[in-house]
Amino acid sequence: MTITAKWRGRLLYVGVAAVVAYCLAPFYWMLVSSLRRTSDIFDTSLLPSTVSFENYRAVFSPSQGFTRALLNSLIVAGITTALALLLATFTAYAMARLEFRFKRLILTLIIATSMFPVVSIVVPLLKLFTDIGWINTYQSMIVPSMSFALPLAVWNLTTFFRQMPDELEHAAMIDGCTRGQAFRKIIIPLAAPGIFTTAIITFIAAWNEFLIALSMTNKPAMQTAPVAISKFSGATQFETPFGSQMAAGVLVTIPLVVMVLLFQRRIVAGLTAGAAK
Amino acid sequence: MADIKTPPGTAVDEPGRAADRRPGQPFPEAGLRRTRTRATAGSGRMATLLVSPTLLVLSVVVLYPTIMALKESLYGTKGLDPKTGFIRTTEPFVGLRNYTGIFGAAGDRFWNAFWNTTFFTVVTVGLETLIGVAMALIMHKAFRGRALVRAGILVPWAVPTAISALLWRWIFNSNGIANAVIGHQILWTTEGFHAKVAVIIAEVWKTAPFIGLLVLAGLQVIPKEVYEAARIDGASALGQFWHITLPLVKPALLVAVLFRCLDALRMFDLPYILVGAQKNSVETLSMLAQNEASNVRFGPASAYAVLLFLYVLLIALAFVRVLGADLVGDGGATGRSAGRRRRRITALRRAEVTA
Repeated sequence: MTITAKWRGRLLYVGVAAVVAYCLAPFYWMLVSSLRRTSDIFDTSLLPSTVSFENYRAVFSPSQGFTRALLNSLIVAGITTALALLLATFTAYAMARLEFRFKRLILTLIIATSMFPVVSIVVPLLKLFTDIGWINTYQSMIVPSMSFALPLAVWNLTTFFRQMPDELEHAAMIDGCTRGQAFRKIIIPLAAPGIFTTAIITFIAAWNEFLIALSMTNKPAMQTAPVAISKFSGATQFETPFGSQMAAGVLVTIPLVVMVLLFQRRIVAGLTAGAAK
Repeated sequence: MADIKTPPGTAVDEPGRAADRRPGQPFPEAGLRRTRTRATAGSGRMATLLVSPTLLVLSVVVLYPTIMALKESLYGTKGLDPKTGFIRTTEPFVGLRNYTGIFGAAGDRFWNAFWNTTFFTVVTVGLETLIGVAMALIMHKAFRGRALVRAGILVPWAVPTAISALLWRWIFNSNGIANAVIGHQILWTTEGFHAKVAVIIAEVWKTAPFIGLLVLAGLQVIPKEVYEAARIDGASALGQFWHITLPLVKPALLVAVLFRCLDALRMFDLPYILVGAQKNSVETLSMLAQNEASNVRFGPASAYAVLLFLYVLLIALAFVRVLGADLVGDGGATGRSAGRRRRRITALRRAEVTA
């Protein structure tokens, strides 16, 4: 190995370390800050002088209503994901497998709606939901969330269905399956990893939603976790409870990070499916 | 014709194709036309059945609100009527006054939000692209620790924007780590240019890895032979990047940049939480529209929402028309005719099997 090649190798490691540090350093700071005591929250040491779970206890104190917020988030994101997947599986199958008129136009329109500014539908829906008394209900958050969850799911699933070979389905149909049976018995089991990945990506998008949840609720009991955390109150009105905000942030993010670590290969495949063509 | 009839379950598309290859059959055209229209109609019916629920839901949650917003933007706000002196309980019709208002004295707030939105979009997407491409090049070259890097790079993407905004507000606190590192006392989250900088740093942190991922996927499909050929021809590393990597990665990069632009144009969570509502230095169009709506001024709010929608539409069209970004990702018409050809071949093969 020549000297320049050796240096190039070392430089690459520095680069890799820089990328990892860039991505993880702020997240690490959230974790460290959440483990400090309130008295030394403004410390800037890289490790907490005393590890304390004081902030985590504060998060779960009844006055913050955090448990309820987590439950709300789970309900809203869960139902949104389930509904979006149910509809998207059928549509994506048609998009990937059937020939029909205006297919490309319809697919382009569906994808285009996913880039729609959310505020453009929140404003009119806020007025409508106020009139029909839907403010502070789950449906007032689930219905607008479909506007981004459904196109996302359709797009991801279409790419997955396109990657599966036509022949399997044809073979099943030659053996006497109808198209419906071939779909149920061949396509769905084979596409399960793709459907699962799409479910994770859609769930993360719905879980992270803020604008809709903020606009459609004004009762603390109906707020989702991101909204509730942003409104955490400190001991006095002018004191921001940074410690418990960081602790709650860690609690909300950890499940997502674990999911991402477990299924990173699949998620990357799902996220980059459209772009790598 | 009885001998080549396919079983009913298999006659899905174009089974008539096999018929016209047999000479001497009575009325081959008539049979062909009939079966083919029936097959296409069946496929069309099925597609309608499968696609319409999605289209129905999207019409209810996207199309209907958009039309409502258009109508609503023509109405004013409740409140004191200057002519009669009474409190109005209904919203008066004002025509296009909500739109023309942006050119009047009250338009300052709109134009401020418009320029903030544009500034954030241009600067963040520019920085993200640079950092993202650099990240992708490093990840592409690295062999050991690639799984670790790829897992790490997904972390900023998975952190909810609202949470990352809180995190950065903590980092940019006057006694926080950012000021400790640079050794200056800057009040990042108060009005001023530094608030813009704070928003840009937080946004770029969260989204540059996403561009990195998409570009990496584009890099991985470039065959090694292309680089080898270039090296033999004596191309420098920079030359290789400029003349091979960049043009070949362009389609992936273009789609990534388009997505990021449209996402940045509707930015809301980050400035709202990091700095706060109704702050001139960071108010975006989304924040302006949401703020007006939450103050029950639905008319102006709808007008701003419609204008933002048109702005986003314009940028998206520009990308697709001028730069040729391929969103659907099936290569357009060529892909479709290839698919049709493949299907025709399988249809032929199937007819042979069943004959």
